[in-house]
Amino acid sequence: MIRVELPAHLRTLARVGREVQLEVEGRATLCSVLDALEARYPTLQGTIRDHVTQQRRPYVRFFACEEDLSHESPDKPLPEAVASGAEPLLIVGAIAGG
Amino acid sequence: MSQVRVLVGTRKGAFVLESDGKREKWDIGGPHFAGWEMYHVKGSPADPNRLYASQSSGWHGQVVQRSNDGGKTWEPVGNKFVYDGVPGTHQWYDGTAHPWEFKRVWHFEPSLTDPDTVFAGIEDAALFRTTDGGQTWQELAGLRGHGSGPKWQPGAGGMCLHTVLLDPSDPARIYIAISAAGAFRTDDGGQTWKPINRGLHSQYIPDPTAEVGHCVHRIAMHRSRPKVLFMQKHWDVMRSDDAGDSWHEVSGNLPTDFGFVIDVHAHEPETIYVVPIKSDSEHFPLEGKLRVYRSRTGGNEWEPLTRGLPQSDCYVNVLREAMAVDSLDQCGVYFGTTGGQVYASADAGDTWAPIAEHLPGVLSVEVQTLP
Repeated sequence: MIRVELPAHLRTLARVGREVQLEVEGRATLCSVLDALEARYPTLQGTIRDHVTQQRRPYVRFFACEEDLSHESPDKPLPEAVASGAEPLLIVGAIAGG
Repeated sequence: MSQVRVLVGTRKGAFVLESDGKREKWDIGGPHFAGWEMYHVKGSPADPNRLYASQSSGWHGQVVQRSNDGGKTWEPVGNKFVYDGVPGTHQWYDGTAHPWEFKRVWHFEPSLTDPDTVFAGIEDAALFRTTDGGQTWQELAGLRGHGSGPKWQPGAGGMCLHTVLLDPSDPARIYIAISAAGAFRTDDGGQTWKPINRGLHSQYIPDPTAEVGHCVHRIAMHRSRPKVLFMQKHWDVMRSDDAGDSWHEVSGNLPTDFGFVIDVHAHEPETIYVVPIKSDSEHFPLEGKLRVYRSRTGGNEWEPLTRGLPQSDCYVNVLREAMAVDSLDQCGVYFGTTGGQVYASADAGDTWAPIAEHLPGVLSVEVQTLP
């Protein structure tokens, strides 16, 4: 079980609370977790990564275990603490704007 | 008694303003989608309870919302806008070639007959259509593919397709407008398109009478005369009597011919409205006086409408999507400002009153007249 924390706007959009829990088959990577998240909540498709290129949207970042994973390969295994559910994967919207 | 529903898109959410036919007391519903930019909210002429809303943000991109109950509840539908084939390039601000990139939906134009069919004008400029109520979107690629696309360039607000007009007398005829490319028309339902900019004169482009490159801000049409078009260009108010094949200027005695909005009275096809704005750098009303100008002669002769509008210290703008009319016997006219006010006139512009005063900056105003 993987725990994912969503930013406020995406919680509203997906009609969920602060944290969602996902089952991910196989190795837990950013890509596989986002695939599972978007499969469970299709309305999030395109709001975290581009529909076509699958690139992370510029004002979205991925944090976990006090590390910034945003620039890691999406296919790199997530930290064991995230894969085991001990720590959440944080999807964060940049603190900016008016 | 009839009802009026005003759909307001703002920089921080959407609002639904409702009144009875007297249009004296208004209930303000919302904010819907609080915190998101709502570029446009529009209802289906075929089913007034079916609404479509363009929701976007710099963080999370585009979302499309649909309501089946007049805006009480909403559900997200498809938000995947993928250009047909290899997108190619258009001009960037510096004149270099820049790849087409989807940014947001500026305008929804629901079909006149089918609530599930909607046209979407997007940035970077292209026209999309859904026929399944917004679940999936397909580009009408003939517009970008007709040949002049590489010469199109963005205006200050982006390279947006902001106007879509459907001809009530001919389902195959559609007009669209792009900043800054100009106006285009299809006569075959969107398969092929041609620029319709003859007569436009824009001193800010290398060839002032070029076939494309004009910064058209808005086009309006009266449904009883779909070949007569009125245009607010960056500068110049223009008119066409031949479906856009040629245009002539009707700015007449306007104090400035710059502005964004233009609209037509619901029952008088020769009565049109604009809001002159000081340009090119300020983009607020002349002399701090918010004035709508009305022509009852299809242009050239204009009168200022000021009763109920602030006539001192007013420095708001009225953006291109932010004016609409209702179709009650006494035509109502509505517009929203970047200062968050929505003004309404229940007497075709003679007198005005704010019906909302403290909203976020208004991006769009649409009106539904309900039985």
